[in-house]
Amino acid sequence: MSGVRQVVGMTGDEAVAHAVKLVNPDVVAAYPITPQTIIVERYSDFVNNGEVDTSFISVESEHSAMSACVGASLTGARVFTATASAGLALMYEILYVASGMRCPIVLAVANRAFSAPINIHGECTDQLVCRDASWVSLFGESAQEAYDETILSFKIAEHPDVMLPAMFGIEGFIVTHALERVETLSKQQVEDFIPASRIVRDRFCPDENKTFGSLVLQDYYMEIKRQQEEAMQNAYKVTKDAMQEFSEMSGRKMEILEKYKLEDAEYAFVSYGATAGNAKAVVDRLRAKGEKVGALKIRLFRPFPSLDILQVLSGIKAATILDRSATFGSPGTIVQTDIASALYGQENVPSLHGYINGLGGRVLTLPEIEEVYEKSKDYNAIGMTSTTDWVGYRK
Amino acid sequence: MKILAEITDVRINGRGGQGAVTASRLLAEAAILEGQYVHAFPNFGPERAGAPVTSYARISPEPFYEKTEVYEPHIVVVIDPTLLDYVPVSEGLRDGGTIVVNYDGEKDSLVQYFEGVHANIYKVAGSIIATEEIGRNVPNLVMLGALIKVTKLVKVESLTKVTLNRFKGVLGEKNVVAINRAFKEVE
Repeated sequence: MSGVRQVVGMTGDEAVAHAVKLVNPDVVAAYPITPQTIIVERYSDFVNNGEVDTSFISVESEHSAMSACVGASLTGARVFTATASAGLALMYEILYVASGMRCPIVLAVANRAFSAPINIHGECTDQLVCRDASWVSLFGESAQEAYDETILSFKIAEHPDVMLPAMFGIEGFIVTHALERVETLSKQQVEDFIPASRIVRDRFCPDENKTFGSLVLQDYYMEIKRQQEEAMQNAYKVTKDAMQEFSEMSGRKMEILEKYKLEDAEYAFVSYGATAGNAKAVVDRLRAKGEKVGALKIRLFRPFPSLDILQVLSGIKAATILDRSATFGSPGTIVQTDIASALYGQENVPSLHGYINGLGGRVLTLPEIEEVYEKSKDYNAIGMTSTTDWVGYRK
Repeated sequence: MKILAEITDVRINGRGGQGAVTASRLLAEAAILEGQYVHAFPNFGPERAGAPVTSYARISPEPFYEKTEVYEPHIVVVIDPTLLDYVPVSEGLRDGGTIVVNYDGEKDSLVQYFEGVHANIYKVAGSIIATEEIGRNVPNLVMLGALIKVTKLVKVESLTKVTLNRFKGVLGEKNVVAINRAFKEVE
């Protein structure tokens, strides 16, 4: 513990920009898109004012942004970028290149609904559909968590046992543009937490002849993919350890799963991002009425912490999964299907009730969340072990 | 943790370009300065200069978790009096809540707009104060001066500090004079 703890009012986007400033990466290549824009605007101010040493590369698209990040990362540079929605979709091809070439790029996602119809507001589908891209993936609930996860992500991504890119998401407007109090860290704290530069085993260098990104066919492609899976499995422990270290350094408890009033709970909410805040508020309301209910917040989405989730939900009767993402024709909501896989075949596990909600910035209000909770209890009471509904829309 | 009933929700009704977003932000920054907890945000849509806009500030002395928009404010601040004829500014207002309006007419004529609304209604001639003290009809922070007098949400010293931090030099000082005048003149 060092440095004076300062409290500042910042929006989620500003919190990310200020945290990146403390990290002072070598390269930022980004293209602006609402509601991420403020991150790169603020950061380009820092570059312009000489407050950081970063080379800021303005590019003409997100595909180019991520491509520039990959190129920079292969030289051994520490690299950051940020995007949202359509921008992330445009990066999608290069997301796989970044992870396949083991570039520990950090990407902030201002989670926003996909077009069409065009919409600029909060929804997490954009990030969730990148689940198979071999990126570490985290979600944050608040400006504070945006700030913290920015710094944490570099630590995880660049760990020699991981060497994979990492993305973290905060929801558009309700977090990115909302002012909250943020406890900041000192430059010294961040320098102590993250090495001054990346540990690089192999990189593009003018003095050496090397090939990166070569063609690999049937003979070795699968071995390289398998190495990514092992790195992703390593990321689980690395993230746990990094969060532990971050907690000690910052004085703020940070865990891959946040458990709220779950000790004696019979029922649970499961959510991530800003929705987790609303779930906790509803837990307080329901507890006041005598309900034995708690809330589980998922901060680490990839690698998915299956065993931890199994452990936390064991003994719970019914889990209400509030999923702010859209999926169509799926056996459940995106997060619900992961949880179902984690719990399958185990005894003493809850019935799972997934609710697609909050699309395109729609708000599932606290009274509506209470209604959904009652619905889950009713499903459970009649023996339904798995249900999926859309809630909070005009029928 | 606070339950929703113990949190103060403020809605600011204005028009695009009048600084409703800045007002909610500075109100929240002043609250943070006093050690309070906040969630303040604009309602972003297809807004442009002159169109009705809203921004929000949720404030509590204790930490809270809610991350929803504000549907049932305890307090409504109306920056632009011309909204009264077009926008239902008391919509969702809590029973017994507070409305502070930028209005230069008699209070009796203002009260007519809120027939059947059970609320404490206040007015201050925000546009006149802004024009006289700042030199421009930008009454957003002026209205905060009136707001904090009647609600005691934050201290005038805190609002002064964040205003001077945001607007350097003469503009900040003029705004502070205007805030203090509204603080005195609100009725």
